[in-house]
Amino acid sequence: MKRYGEVTALDGLDLDVPGGTVLGLLGPNGAGKTTAVSILTTLTRPDAGTAMVAGVDVLADPRGVRARIGLSGQYAAVDEHLTATENLEMIGCLYGMSRRDARRRGLELLDQFRLMEAADRPLKTFSGGMRRRIDLAGALVADPPVLFLDEPTTGLDPRSRGELWEAIRDRVQRGTTVLLTTQYLEEADQLADEIVVIDHGHAIAKGTSEELKRRVGGEHLDVHVNGADDARRTESIMNKVATGPMRVHHDEGEVSAPVANGVEALSIVLRELEEQRIAIVDIGLRRPTLDDVFMELTGHEASAEASQ
Amino acid sequence: MSMLRDAATIARRNMIRIRRVPDVMVFVVVQPLMFVLLFAYVFGGSIDIPGGSYREFLIAGIFAQTVVFGATFTGSGLAEDMQKGLINRFRSLPMSRSAVVAGRTVSDVVYNALSIIVMSLAGLAVGWRIRGSILDAVVAYALLLFFSYAFSWVMACVGLLVPTPEVVNNATFVILFPMTFIANTFVPSESLPGALKTIAEWNPVSTLTHAVRVRFGNLPAQTPEPTAWPLQNAMLYSLIWAVVLIMVFAPIATRLYQRAGSR
Ligand SMILES: Nc1ncnc2c1ncn2[C@@H]1O[C@H](COP(=O)(O)OP(=O)(O)O)[C@@H](O)[C@H]1O
Ligand SMILES: [Mg+2]
Repeated sequence: MKRYGEVTALDGLDLDVPGGTVLGLLGPNGAGKTTAVSILTTLTRPDAGTAMVAGVDVLADPRGVRARIGLSGQYAAVDEHLTATENLEMIGCLYGMSRRDARRRGLELLDQFRLMEAADRPLKTFSGGMRRRIDLAGALVADPPVLFLDEPTTGLDPRSRGELWEAIRDRVQRGTTVLLTTQYLEEADQLADEIVVIDHGHAIAKGTSEELKRRVGGEHLDVHVNGADDARRTESIMNKVATGPMRVHHDEGEVSAPVANGVEALSIVLRELEEQRIAIVDIGLRRPTLDDVFMELTGHEASAEASQ
Repeated sequence: MSMLRDAATIARRNMIRIRRVPDVMVFVVVQPLMFVLLFAYVFGGSIDIPGGSYREFLIAGIFAQTVVFGATFTGSGLAEDMQKGLINRFRSLPMSRSAVVAGRTVSDVVYNALSIIVMSLAGLAVGWRIRGSILDAVVAYALLLFFSYAFSWVMACVGLLVPTPEVVNNATFVILFPMTFIANTFVPSESLPGALKTIAEWNPVSTLTHAVRVRFGNLPAQTPEPTAWPLQNAMLYSLIWAVVLIMVFAPIATRLYQRAGSR
């Protein structure tokens, strides 16, 4: 458990990550993801509770833990006046590697991440995505058996995101254990063997991405109409096909529902809307998102907290 | 042992920055150079020091002021590392707990040594001379560097407490300007009025300046023996200050570093 004054950031969170697997900690902004990572990486002491990382107690032997982990925080923490090589060499040395080994390993990683162009130029001149990947490379320099990645792809363009996923998968294949936090179901889906969904500092669901998605329903039907009146009428139509709680924004004219059979639900709703002469702005099927998982699990929207 | 290694790694990193960050260059090289030249030419002729040359008199003062301000780098550097999340990264590494701050204070010494070399050369060019023995001069330089090293630990605490490097700079200017001016850096403390005179006499910047001035043989011949104890024992008094500053602020700085939270 961890409190910041009045705020209880973590409240009875239990995590168990088998060696060599990836645990995805999925939750909206303010759910307690960074707090959990900070405790496990010895940056913050919990107010109550215990944690073991790679068989070492974070409270009893924080230094032992630090020697076994790599951390890539939510914001890239690189020295922007140093080149990528200098950054990685510095981190390697601080892990206790010799300068030569640190340098060699750094270059290896830059090559693997296709970051060679940053090797000899100060990072100031490079994009956020680039710094993010160098930050991740920093976490890998010493080949730690356990890796903590706090929202590794938030704010990255799709291409860098894909490349980062590739790099993470590669580590896992070599036996690294990963705890990854994310706001995106898709990311957890892509990388995690098991997903823990957290909200207000405690776990509200646990399972593989398949299990979670089954709970949320296969697909989602989104309908966009004009005005609150039409939205209300659309809501009652969609009620017939919805398999779980719907999300309705009357003023925006948006109605969204989980459905079992997408195509069938789509045609039923289309037909009814036409019969009732409700003009459609937009209609479509999509895969469930974190918002949907939240709606299903908590009955409230994730984005409501995201604003605070 | 690992503490020394880690501190060296951090210091090495700070040294790379001096070549890349123009601000650092300006502060370490250009500003001290300008101080020497401006004071020498603007005030050098206008203030009379009985039995001596004002130019020679003020060099020690400029040295002392520069190295005290030089300690600011530790503060602003740490505040910047905090702001950029680097401190958290360091705290997640299996490195010595005091190495980050120690590395900073060490690189400050290197910066300050550089400033002193530049100022000494400029001073020689405008007519300043070391009139004492070489050994005395070496002691004077060592005292300057040791005092500023000690002062870096104070600045380290400031840097770890404030949210941004700018705050460090603003705060230190407000404190350091009076501290380096209410002293005998630029005028003899005897010429200061009442309370200011007493403050100046007990100000460690004064005793630092005085000790250095004496060792350089730059004290005008007709200067009366100081009456205040700190100035009479300028070397000892300055050293005591430096040692006490380190003993008090080094543990505090290390503690602050360990607590330094996620923003
Ligand atoms: N240093 C801090 N001081 C005060 N409150 C904090 C601090 N860090 C986090 N919190 C609060 O704790 C809660 C969890 O935050 P965090 O762990 O950062 O969530 P997430 O990473 O999932 O977005 C939030 O309500 C946040 O405002
Ligand atoms: Mg976070």
